[in-house]
Amino acid sequence: MNILTARVRAVGTWFSTNSVIINQKNFAFYRPSIVHTTRYFHSSFKTYYANIQGPPQATFDKILIANRGEIAVRVIRTAKKMGIKTVAIYSDADARSLHVEMADEAVHVGPSPSNQSYLNIPNILHAIKSTGAQAVHPGYGFLSENSHFVKSLNEAGIAFIGPGESAMADLGDKIRSKIIAKQSGVNTIPGFDGVVRDTQSIGYPIMLKASAGGGGKEVVDGFKIASQESLSSFGDNRLLIERYVDNPRHIEIQVLADKFGNVLYFPERECSIQRRNQKVIEEAPSTFLDPATRKAMGEQAASLAKHVGYVSAGTVEFLVDPQRNFYFLEMNTRLQVEHPITEYITGFDLVEQMIRIAADQKLPVTQEDIKFHGWAFESRVYAEDSEKYLPSIGRLSKYIEPQSSTDKHEVRCDSGIVEGSEISIYYDPLICKLSTYGETRDEAISIMLKALDSYVIKGVTHNIPLLREVISSQRFRSGKISTKFLAEEYPGGFKGHALKDESLHELISVSAFVHAKRDLRNWSWIGEKETSNKNAPSKWDLWITINKNKDIEPINVKVEKKSMNEEEFEILIPNYPKTIISAKWPLESPLINACLRIDNQESKTLITQYVDPLPIGFRLQYAGTKFDITVHTQRQHELSQYMIEKPKQDLSKVILSPMPGSVVSVAVKVGDVIAEGTEVAVVEAMKMQNILRASRVSKVKKVNVKPGDAVAAEQHFWGPVANWGLPLAAIADAKKDPDIISPKMTT
Amino acid sequence: MYRETFARNYKCIFSTFTRVSHIYPCAKSFGRISALTPIRIREYASGNTKEEEVMARMESMRAKAHLGGGMNRIITQHKKGKLTARERIDLLLDPGSFHEYDTFVEHQCTDFGMEKNKIIGDGVVTGHGTINGRRIFVFSQDFTAFGGSLSKMHAQKICKIMDKAVLVGAPVVGLNDSGGARIQEGVDSLAGYADIFQKNVLSSGVVPQISLIMGPCAGKIHCLLKFSKLTTAYPGYDEIKLHFVGGAVYSPALTDFTFMVRDTSYLFVTGPDVVKAVTNEDVTQEELGGAKAHTVKSGVAHNAFENDIEALQRIRDFMDFLPLSNRDQAPIRHTDDPITREDSSLNHIIPIDSTKAYDVRDVIMRLVDDTNFFEIMPDYAKNIVIGFARMGGQTVSIVGNQPLVSSGVLDINSSVKGSRFVRFCDAFNIPIITLVDVPGFLPGTAQEHNGIIRHGAKLLYAYAEATVPKITIILRKAYGGAYDVMSSKHLRGDINYAWPTGEIAVMGAKGAVEIIFRHVEDRTQAEKEYIDKVCNYFFANPIPAAQRGFLDDVILPSTSRKKIIEDLAVLKRKSLPLIYKKHDNMPL
Repeated sequence: MNILTARVRAVGTWFSTNSVIINQKNFAFYRPSIVHTTRYFHSSFKTYYANIQGPPQATFDKILIANRGEIAVRVIRTAKKMGIKTVAIYSDADARSLHVEMADEAVHVGPSPSNQSYLNIPNILHAIKSTGAQAVHPGYGFLSENSHFVKSLNEAGIAFIGPGESAMADLGDKIRSKIIAKQSGVNTIPGFDGVVRDTQSIGYPIMLKASAGGGGKEVVDGFKIASQESLSSFGDNRLLIERYVDNPRHIEIQVLADKFGNVLYFPERECSIQRRNQKVIEEAPSTFLDPATRKAMGEQAASLAKHVGYVSAGTVEFLVDPQRNFYFLEMNTRLQVEHPITEYITGFDLVEQMIRIAADQKLPVTQEDIKFHGWAFESRVYAEDSEKYLPSIGRLSKYIEPQSSTDKHEVRCDSGIVEGSEISIYYDPLICKLSTYGETRDEAISIMLKALDSYVIKGVTHNIPLLREVISSQRFRSGKISTKFLAEEYPGGFKGHALKDESLHELISVSAFVHAKRDLRNWSWIGEKETSNKNAPSKWDLWITINKNKDIEPINVKVEKKSMNEEEFEILIPNYPKTIISAKWPLESPLINACLRIDNQESKTLITQYVDPLPIGFRLQYAGTKFDITVHTQRQHELSQYMIEKPKQDLSKVILSPMPGSVVSVAVKVGDVIAEGTEVAVVEAMKMQNILRASRVSKVKKVNVKPGDAVAAEQHFWGPVANWGLPLAAIADAKKDPDIISPKMTT
Repeated sequence: MYRETFARNYKCIFSTFTRVSHIYPCAKSFGRISALTPIRIREYASGNTKEEEVMARMESMRAKAHLGGGMNRIITQHKKGKLTARERIDLLLDPGSFHEYDTFVEHQCTDFGMEKNKIIGDGVVTGHGTINGRRIFVFSQDFTAFGGSLSKMHAQKICKIMDKAVLVGAPVVGLNDSGGARIQEGVDSLAGYADIFQKNVLSSGVVPQISLIMGPCAGKIHCLLKFSKLTTAYPGYDEIKLHFVGGAVYSPALTDFTFMVRDTSYLFVTGPDVVKAVTNEDVTQEELGGAKAHTVKSGVAHNAFENDIEALQRIRDFMDFLPLSNRDQAPIRHTDDPITREDSSLNHIIPIDSTKAYDVRDVIMRLVDDTNFFEIMPDYAKNIVIGFARMGGQTVSIVGNQPLVSSGVLDINSSVKGSRFVRFCDAFNIPIITLVDVPGFLPGTAQEHNGIIRHGAKLLYAYAEATVPKITIILRKAYGGAYDVMSSKHLRGDINYAWPTGEIAVMGAKGAVEIIFRHVEDRTQAEKEYIDKVCNYFFANPIPAAQRGFLDDVILPSTSRKKIIEDLAVLKRKSLPLIYKKHDNMPL
């Protein structure tokens, strides 16, 4: 009872010390109604820690979050929970983004490129001063591991919610961090301790690493290349060489240290599913560690933190070989991207602890209190294609995050975007960190699959197909993973879900259902005198084709409406047992929650997404992958044999100006390899600038224009002048077509 | 005795039915009727009654009619990727709903040996049926029969269903696949065309008329060239070639909407041969009058589809938007899209920088039911977007300036495109929702000399004349005369809204400053002051217009859908008396 009253009083004081808001956004008008439930912690744990943590003490009145996107949103949520006012910073491109909407104040810090905004220390310092923020949370990336920034904050008397300057500098250098690790009794990879000048004296295979950061380069004779790359990327050509650990797992330990010398280590996170040395799927705990190894790793991590006088949250990364030998990789002196899964299984709010530590508070618990429970996964949902991992940009025309279906808050979405947001070229293409929690690993996996299936993202290409495939794969389920997982499982890149017997049957059934529902809707006239809705069909004889021109032949499906309320249909597909499908699907809405009962067996639930209607049929997303479904009636099918397949005119090979105007800039040159969505040129007309982008991954063969040229609109390129055939021209040239009269735009 | 014969009679008829059923499933109806009607028995030598004989003959004729110009021609038609007239009707209408008229009509021409060359049905299939349960009249020209050429009787069949359609108030869909006039019939054929033209005009505004061009639809010469090979004797067509122009294409041009099938359909007044002879211009059919030419360049066709199957399916979807006649209200169809749905992403859809473009179709998709927008003329005059959609289940028409293309400026083509659409909707009681983001009319000699004044006036006229519910939202710019034109309050706009991003002014702030301060020597300071104080207050927002009552409200973009649907309900019973006139004189 006492505790409770104390807490209430404390909350009261925070609110009474509200500082004056200087820079109140005048766009309050535009604030969307975002309902975000706090769904962070497994409820039973929340109570558990609330009891041992005791009454919270006040920390800061106002903090500034020197970051953007999901991590800024993440920090703001905890700050709000703690009654702290928040200040967001934003660039031009982010002016209307979610973190700006959610913060109490927002300060513009520069143009869209991050080196002019989120990395612009003077502007950020100015923002801190002008808003009176007392502390800065750096998130991850950007300035989070920049010791100069920490130094300038210290000089200005602003608290940095993160480690001290010297620990950061020591651990930020890969060579120095290894020496320190070795000194503090941490297992390091056998190799050369120190800066290397040539490769003669060490055996192969070896791993070359830039001392100043970045992933490793697994090369045999790449000393020079790696050295040069390092110089160009980090301004430092020193290299580090170490023995190459074969078939390793990437396992890391979260530590938390306060300013009083207390260090806690947390259960491990396994981050072995990686593509190009970037984590894709993480889980906590790892299937691979036994309690002894876990304890050993944790204690070594804690001892490293103690050794350097580390403060705040940090992560010690290890490589673990198949014999459970573990080697120190590096220490990340910041909050990790994948911290939510640790929060899930331990019930800790790591951001809250970071803020408390920065406010000179002691850690509320001791190592013995750190317990973990259940299993958590995190999938990083990126705006990128699953095959080549090339980023995709665009506007999210439809965006619906999966929700927890129970009060256990088993689904957590850390994202910084909403429907209508733009994924821009300037920043990381991360859409969301989707984490799920279950009592067991299997439960967490099945919740993740369901969450991925019901995650609606339209407008950009995303990697959900890959995530779903990995998580549903037998190998991942068995836990036999390593950092080579993706390269081994999908050697040529992931090409989309392959339909097998059962999945084909499911997809066809859902397709037939969708067609029947839509057809019935077409007959549901309201208030028409002469029409006869009563003649609406109740049986369909359909021919369904999946992904035209592919291997699967059209399949004959007989559908019959079973119930009056149009929710239940009987599906008959040759060579398959009779299936009853009943589904809740508000017409044309993105999610189809179907329930399949095959041959009177136990029913199976299935989440499919309705993506878009097509001229005949529609596009569905099934098992993460999109399929074009063509549905023909019996008569259409009979007559379709006479239709002539036309060679597709591949317009994606050329880029045409959508309007007459003048070229402002051309961003590519011949030979460039460009990703989907890359800016190719800017055309201006009527004082309006249009950015022309590549519609697919390609190599520039020819550029026909230069800045200042006048171009005509695309329709002028039709005709005897064979401009259609231009091999990836940036934009076709008006001057080459004498017939074109560009309308003059002179306003 | 009587009973026995009756039974035999019944059996015979039944067997007639079964005999032809594999060719002609519609014989079912005949079988049913005769079963109920006792037939007087008069036995013939064959052992059948007279009625049986007649019916058997009719059935065999019917079977023949179903083959049109014969199997060989059907195969040729299929090889071109085209379906036959009847197959097309099968796909257009609900299964089993087609009722055919005039199956047995034959031409009556006796010149050039035509009396020996007859095809039952005479190259066109006519009748009525339903699309998703709603009555439609249809004619489908049969290219296998005399190349679908138009004879007197062929025209008469078409006229008959057009009359019926007007009589009962149901749309007419024409599936055109015709070489043109039937030369052998000479002036009779021309008269047939004229009859159809006249019916087109008389039914215009009474029932929707839709043309789907599924093959050639040409002037007469094209047909002549084909037939000169077919019927042997017709010397001297070279002379006539230069004199015969115009023809079949004008019927689709008189209808409300013309759709085409890519790569198989052509529309031209005269074919490539005549073009070569007259202007010495080398041009292919496709370049001269293919789907691309008409959907992109000429604006004659309203859209084009990939092949026959897709085209007919899309026409079914399209017909669902239209009322059956001008006596009907815009149809309402069930939807699961909530009428109160708010879309907060609309609040961010207009770029902060007012010189940046956005796609107005994104706005449209978010406002309407199920993101279902049937765009009309998507490839022509893209600076204006027009099309049909539904809101709260009811069909509405959408007209929106497209900032993505030439800033959404109004020019000759976009004005013509918009005005014809607005007039159609006004004629058929379809509410018009106008989304305004227009920087003005396009300046320049190209426009002025081609009559932007005359053509721009069409859009103005169409909006001013329209009496259907008119709802307007100013999304961003509404500058100059174009503000007035785009369904403004002053043109009897029923509900006029603006989003907070709206800017209503005679011109953009910068242009205004240049005029107002044109005599001031050093304008920089004055300009700066003006832009800061006056422009930002007076130009860059919708408040002045709201203060004058030219806007009914300034609304939050996310609420637009809800508001429009509410307003449509309010305006449902809108009635605006018309002043008597013979007809108006709109600028053409």
